[in-house]
Amino acid sequence: MMLRRWSVTLLAALVALVTIAPLLWMLSVSFMARGEAAQFPPPLWPASPTLENYHLLFGTFGVGRFLLNSILISTLATALALLFTIPAGYAFAKLRFQGRDAIFRMLVAALVVPGQIGMLPLFLELKAMGLVNSYAGALVPWLAGIFGIFLVRQYCLSIPDEMLEAARIDGASEGQILRRIVLPILTPIIVTLALFVFLGSWNDFMWPLIILADQDLYTLPVALAANSRQNVQDYEIMMAGAVVTTLPVLILFLALQRYYLSGLLTGSVKG
Amino acid sequence: MASPALAAILLFFVLPAIASLFLSFTDFDIYALADIGNLRFVGFQNYERLVENPLFWKAMTNTLLFVAVGTPFIVALSLFAAMLVNSRWLKWRPVWRVALFAPYVTTLVATAVVWRYLLHTRYGLLNYLLSFFGIPPIDWLGSPTASLPAILLFVGWKTFGYNMIIFLAALQTVPRELDEAARIDGANWFTRLRHVTLPAIGPTLLLVSVLTVAGMFQLFAEPYVMTQGGPAQSTVTILYFMYEEGFKWWNLGSGAAVAFLLFLCILGVTLVQLKLAKRSGAI
Repeated sequence: MMLRRWSVTLLAALVALVTIAPLLWMLSVSFMARGEAAQFPPPLWPASPTLENYHLLFGTFGVGRFLLNSILISTLATALALLFTIPAGYAFAKLRFQGRDAIFRMLVAALVVPGQIGMLPLFLELKAMGLVNSYAGALVPWLAGIFGIFLVRQYCLSIPDEMLEAARIDGASEGQILRRIVLPILTPIIVTLALFVFLGSWNDFMWPLIILADQDLYTLPVALAANSRQNVQDYEIMMAGAVVTTLPVLILFLALQRYYLSGLLTGSVKG
Repeated sequence: MASPALAAILLFFVLPAIASLFLSFTDFDIYALADIGNLRFVGFQNYERLVENPLFWKAMTNTLLFVAVGTPFIVALSLFAAMLVNSRWLKWRPVWRVALFAPYVTTLVATAVVWRYLLHTRYGLLNYLLSFFGIPPIDWLGSPTASLPAILLFVGWKTFGYNMIIFLAALQTVPRELDEAARIDGANWFTRLRHVTLPAIGPTLLLVSVLTVAGMFQLFAEPYVMTQGGPAQSTVTILYFMYEEGFKWWNLGSGAAVAFLLFLCILGVTLVQLKLAKRSGAI
């Protein structure tokens, strides 16, 4: 039994190490001197760790600008998504309005339709609205978050009707009920949803690539992809760029993993 | 309270999706982009041209290859990881679970750049490791036969953690006694997997396959960053083809036709999966 316990744990440790090895290597190479990574055998650790690549990245390559764009777009996407989906999710769970269940069934069915299907017309639509090549254009898809509505609704179903009824009898308006009673109960799922949208919009690539033409507006992934198609030889800089792009979301996930994983299960298993 | 969200969904999701079908029957191109007066209704012409376009068929076969090879590979990988993490003898379970899940939340473009380097013929870590087993360097991203497995390797690494979490939740509902009884009866690991575990998690297996198939149909950033569709167009996927049609050549009519066909493909394969699952009694 003892042997079995340790062999399983050892195997898991090995698999985990192989899994995070690319990320560790990315971090390691980002501290190497220029040209150091282009060797055989590939060095695992920098001979003398340097921040040169990060200096270059933020100096010459102006990554600060892209970082700022990413932070701005992801933060706004998160705020807007919460603003739009929380009231909707609550309404679908607890308020009575015409066609509620039919609309909800259609929304759930629409979850299987990938967003890319409508990308070309959406581009034309936003062009007509003058939103191409703007932050607003990059934000638009996050307003239409069906998954978020679904997530909030599932959570709201567990709120007892008597609680809302009591507040109504006391003369509270629907807006007050949402703000004062429902929102505090929803805190965990709001964190989950915010995390999903923030990570999703941060990591998103295809839509910002299409809608943002000006280099000044590029998000980190778009800028990184554009650079990776040119500076193929500068591994150390590219790795530093990858670190700057992915480390913020990785840290955010590690800090709030409980919320992320529980939301993932609500979304997939019950859906 | 639902109306702002519904209005947004209608305006930015439903309308474009429906418009895609209409757009696919027009010759919307760079001239129509400049002046809408140049737009003409062309019936099925876009579809007819696509059928005659070898690159479209290349993209189609590549994507179907990704689906056919990638889905079983990724589902098996995820199930293996889930069973490992679910093992009752495992210590420090949460640590391994988070480590295996981590790639899923990383930025796709960033890790694709990392993997491109990892797969480098001369300086890459993978070929270095393989050299210990006497395997000569493989030109992962430069050879038309190795490029697809190389991208699948990356996609598998990136996504198996997500499926693993779903599998884990299902595995935790399988009673330990069932597995234990089979073990006492002398059933080996593989027999128990086939006759105890898999039947118990049938619906989850279906869910994960459906999600993975949909994901395989939507590969875009991977070839965009790692191979730019090459070598010899061996990694041009449907979505990559749609992107180039639409936003490189500005053939939006033709691009919309590709989008609509992609939708039909995903829908078709999903329905077939559901049917197969029903027949086998999984759901």
